[in-house]
Amino acid sequence: MKNIRFILLPILIFLFTPIKSYSLIEVDITRGNLNPLPVAVSPLSIDQKSKKSFENLLKKKNIGEEISLIVENNLRTSGLFNPLNKDAFLQAPDIANLKPRFEDWNLIKAQALITGKVTNIDDKLRVEFRLWDVLAGKEMMALAFTTVPTNWRRVGHIISDKVYERLTGEKGYFDTRIIYVAEEGPKTKRVKKLAIMDQDGANNKYLTLGNELVLTPRFNPTNQMVTYLSYFRNLPRVYLLDIETGMQEVVGDFPGMTFAPRFSPNGKKIIMSFAKDGNSDIYTMDLENRIVEKITNHPSIDTSPSYSPDGKFICFNSDRSGYQQIYVMKNDGSNVKRISFGNGIYGTPVWSPRGDLIAFTKLHKGKFYIGVMRTDGSGERLLTENYYQEAPSWSPNGRVLIFYRETKTNDKGEGFSAKLWSIDLTGYNERMVKTPIDGSDPSWSSLLSN
Amino acid sequence: MKLNKILKNTLLILLACFALSACATKKVSTGQMQGDVYTGTDTVEYLASGVPDRVFFATNESVLTTASRETLRKQAGWLRKNSNVTIVLEGHADERGTREYNLALGERRANAAKDYLMTYGISSDRISVLSYGKERPVDSGSNPLAWSKNRRSVTVKAN
Repeated sequence: MKNIRFILLPILIFLFTPIKSYSLIEVDITRGNLNPLPVAVSPLSIDQKSKKSFENLLKKKNIGEEISLIVENNLRTSGLFNPLNKDAFLQAPDIANLKPRFEDWNLIKAQALITGKVTNIDDKLRVEFRLWDVLAGKEMMALAFTTVPTNWRRVGHIISDKVYERLTGEKGYFDTRIIYVAEEGPKTKRVKKLAIMDQDGANNKYLTLGNELVLTPRFNPTNQMVTYLSYFRNLPRVYLLDIETGMQEVVGDFPGMTFAPRFSPNGKKIIMSFAKDGNSDIYTMDLENRIVEKITNHPSIDTSPSYSPDGKFICFNSDRSGYQQIYVMKNDGSNVKRISFGNGIYGTPVWSPRGDLIAFTKLHKGKFYIGVMRTDGSGERLLTENYYQEAPSWSPNGRVLIFYRETKTNDKGEGFSAKLWSIDLTGYNERMVKTPIDGSDPSWSSLLSN
Repeated sequence: MKLNKILKNTLLILLACFALSACATKKVSTGQMQGDVYTGTDTVEYLASGVPDRVFFATNESVLTTASRETLRKQAGWLRKNSNVTIVLEGHADERGTREYNLALGERRANAAKDYLMTYGISSDRISVLSYGKERPVDSGSNPLAWSKNRRSVTVKAN
């Protein structure tokens, strides 16, 4: 397993300088947004000298424009905002940043306006940006921060998060990454490798070479560690991987297959299944003292465990009733209660980071669904139906789910593909998440800048 | 009137017979499945002459069918004759289930085969078990016949 490449996160120096705030425009994210908020993202203004220096450093012609494009793209894909066409803008970026002529922005029907300025200060990237309420003619937020220039994409994501938070009242999810399994080749001999990318698909990197089968990578919610299943030496085992150093190790010393790993919310334990003599039960291993605990003890298949965000409960799927259904228990394995009672079979339960919902995969009458239910099983809501899809993973703010979908092959067995998709909790805004090759088993990181 | 009724009944019976025979023919022509367990030989390889390498399962099941038990008895006989051979039982599932559950199901299927071989005198030291879940289908089709070929436990020589 020496084929993990080293990926060092650039050292971050983010200095935030909040200026002032009011409560003005608000975006309701609790229902499907059919009227996304019209927002104008003015290109960030940049002086000639800074422009030249960043062009040399980053090979980007106009870094101010590039950053604003990232913000625009994030806001658009959220489905809550409608970034307006820049051709219609009447005011130049430099002046707009100082004092917008609200009449001009009102004329093109912008309700919010984002302006900003980029400067080079001692070869650091300094960005200040402002969010304006066009109708009220007021500044809603102003922030400045400084970082290493190579962090420019993250600057765009952080601005997007701040704007999202200011306008919706909830944390954003743009300064995040997705770890997933990149896959290619015929269905019968699929080659799979771990891959990581920014939430918007940029900076895609492969972490393994595809020499061995890898499955189900999941982020530690508190840092950038990952746990996944590898078939290294044909011994399917749960591994722990530090994506910053490339160091990895087998989790525990089990005499058989371990699989379906996830971290506990505090990142200190891994919960997983261990299969022995035809029976799979759920175990935890403490990463500090290496103590292994058996959590379920039942002759049925118990797998796909996921902790509640307070760590007090675990949801999982089991076929103890005859078919796969979702159960909830206390974190010590006591008080097991079945919560899924609808028609069909239910799997891959994942507890929402907000604590109130469990997302799942459901198979009913030959169709696969991604849905959510309350933690007592009530209020089941199916978000999307398809030939095959499974394995939802929550955005850190619990508003979006990412999952994967596979296509049906034709009579000759051709036409197979696997793609990542995302959908809002509302059931709206379903989108394919582009990856360089096919993808499956996505897992969403927590916010990097927290 | 009475004659009419008799005629009608005869016609009904004839029709029913016809329908039944049609069904029967249909079943033979789709051929390679009994219930939803694969009974064909398309994908089967042989460990030795007359010793098939794999057994097939019903959807969601790990119960061995009569045919599977017969195959495994042949494998046990061959293993007894070749006492230096060690084997890996590779358990597989079809694509119509979630990935993690299928890993467990593949393991359960391979263990069903292992247990049967052990009852016929094959030492567990000679058998290891490896589940691939739905990761290694033999047939890439998206139809019941393809799925039935993929729900399997394959005995592979390890040395």
